[in-house]
Amino acid sequence: MKRLSLVLASLAAATPLWAADAVGGEVAKRSLNIHAIVMFFIFVAATLFITYWAAKRTRSAKDFYAAGGGITGFQNGLAIAGDYMSAASFLGISALVYGSGYDGLIYSIGFLVGWPIITFLVAERLRNLGKYTFADVASYRLQQAPVRTFAAVGTLVTVALYLIAQMVGAGKLIQLLFGMEYSTAVVLVGILMVLYVLFGGMLATTWVQIIKAVLLLSGASFMAFMVLSLSGFNLETMFGKAIEAHPKHAAIMSPGGLVSNPIDAISLGIGLMFGTAGLPHILMRFFTVADAKEARKSVFYATGFIGYFYILTFIIGFGAIMLVLNQPQYTEMIMKDGKEVASLIGGNNMAAIHLSHAVGGDLFLGFISAVAFATILAVVSGLTLSGASAVSHDLYASVWRHGRSNETDEIRVSKMATVFLGIVAILLGIAFEKQNIAYMVGLAFSIAASANFPVLFMSMFWKGLTTRGAVLGGLFGLIIAIVLIVLGPTVWVDVLKNKEAIFAYKNPALFSMTAAFFFTWLFSVTDNSESAHKERAAFLPQFIRSMTGVGAEGASKH
Amino acid sequence: MSVPTIERIQSNPKFLAMVEAKRKFSWTLAIIMLAIYCAFILVIGFKKEIFGAPLGPDTVITWGIPVGIAVILSAFVLTGIYVRRANTEFDRLTREVIEEAQQ
Repeated sequence: MKRLSLVLASLAAATPLWAADAVGGEVAKRSLNIHAIVMFFIFVAATLFITYWAAKRTRSAKDFYAAGGGITGFQNGLAIAGDYMSAASFLGISALVYGSGYDGLIYSIGFLVGWPIITFLVAERLRNLGKYTFADVASYRLQQAPVRTFAAVGTLVTVALYLIAQMVGAGKLIQLLFGMEYSTAVVLVGILMVLYVLFGGMLATTWVQIIKAVLLLSGASFMAFMVLSLSGFNLETMFGKAIEAHPKHAAIMSPGGLVSNPIDAISLGIGLMFGTAGLPHILMRFFTVADAKEARKSVFYATGFIGYFYILTFIIGFGAIMLVLNQPQYTEMIMKDGKEVASLIGGNNMAAIHLSHAVGGDLFLGFISAVAFATILAVVSGLTLSGASAVSHDLYASVWRHGRSNETDEIRVSKMATVFLGIVAILLGIAFEKQNIAYMVGLAFSIAASANFPVLFMSMFWKGLTTRGAVLGGLFGLIIAIVLIVLGPTVWVDVLKNKEAIFAYKNPALFSMTAAFFFTWLFSVTDNSESAHKERAAFLPQFIRSMTGVGAEGASKH
Repeated sequence: MSVPTIERIQSNPKFLAMVEAKRKFSWTLAIIMLAIYCAFILVIGFKKEIFGAPLGPDTVITWGIPVGIAVILSAFVLTGIYVRRANTEFDRLTREVIEEAQQ
């Protein structure tokens, strides 16, 4: 058990999402990186131009929330993949491969396998039933006010945790790559994301994500290609050189300490798999395509791009072992436990960045740094839009105005919410600069899997679900997930500095999600109110719409 | 959607057959994917030397690497199989059911 927590603790320092801060701890400011800054400004100029173009096309609520429903399956697949390929996952997974070899692959497979499940079970029903937010689906035949309030809380909590992690990561990464002040970087990210969302809505947010996905995939492909070409396109040579260079030698070719406890590993897998299916900023992307057919295609393309990306990061990680490890220009001496040890400049998370310099010089280093920044911008924009939609579409229009507000007011509220969220994100980003935020994205995924996903899933698959079951079951899932994370090793030991964790596992999803399903069931079957009977009877028309798409939201034509 | 349309769709044997086929198909694929992933994790959890063994006497590449890549490919292929059948056969049946209900 002790060994496991050690392994997991070291994992927390290196893993992508869990340690969502792409660069953990204190980072030293670097000198200004001119190539990176120039390329980043080109990216910003291009995306602001797209925002201007999108702003002219964004008039109705449907345009603002769902890009008019006119995104194609292929484009949406790229955008979804873009949401998933965050800077933390690019830098984090390649760092994990760099540090421990094969274990990095195990981790990325956990991220990937949720996508087929989403395709088979969720994507088309979601598209056929929803309009702008996943709360549309969850509350389809239930009482609007309580269910939407719950869904909005679930959305805002997930978005806030994810945003803090991204903002802090952004600040540190930019500080390191561009030589900018932490607070300047956080303010810059906050302002740009608000501009994209405020003026360009979902259309701009989607295109920013698509462009970044293409840049990141091309950059990563080039790096992997160079690594392969430097090993004479012979995998034997590549792995052989890596084994020679790495202090762990042949051990990097086989599973190491990552999955020494299968229960924690399965729990992690469940959290990743079903958490993905409960992340509001991912779910909202299914409403940007015309119909169920395009929704299915989106996930198919997304799965392909994400799988390809993970294979690239695996090669990049090994490439970094081969070309960056032990190279004096990428190494610095740091004090660790009173001894001077060699370490990668900026920490292991910089492995991919240094590799870009090793294979492509200053210019390509600038490109990859700019792409890493662009990645953060694209992801936080999606998060902001998702949070703003929960406020305006769910809380304002449906709960507060009982669905009697007009579109203009609703859009105005969502824009106010966007600005508000931007300010909050900047303030939280600055407030959390020196905090240990390693647990935040883990918590976001666990909450998504334990609160949002069970309610959404039951609403589509189980006739017996009632309002009481959905709200209480979802709340139990939310609370249990938070409590178990706080009592577990990540917060109880690493943040609160207690000796022994009260809850032994780092990943609570296996337990909290099961509990959420159980309580949702329990509070539904014991619900004998009149409205509960009506809600059960309303399942059939909902089921037929979810299967056939009759009555579903189409694409707006203009 | 009006009530008679709902009833017509619901009582159309074609609709019921389509729903049943889709349900079986999507759950089968979901279970295959989960089984592949769980098997992968369980091997790593309990018998990781299997993945640590080299492919042959003169190679450093271990079994874990092709297996891992195969898991990634299986996710992509299974998704493709589902999307292909759903976008052709199931969508065609759905269209027919809707047309029949509206007559």
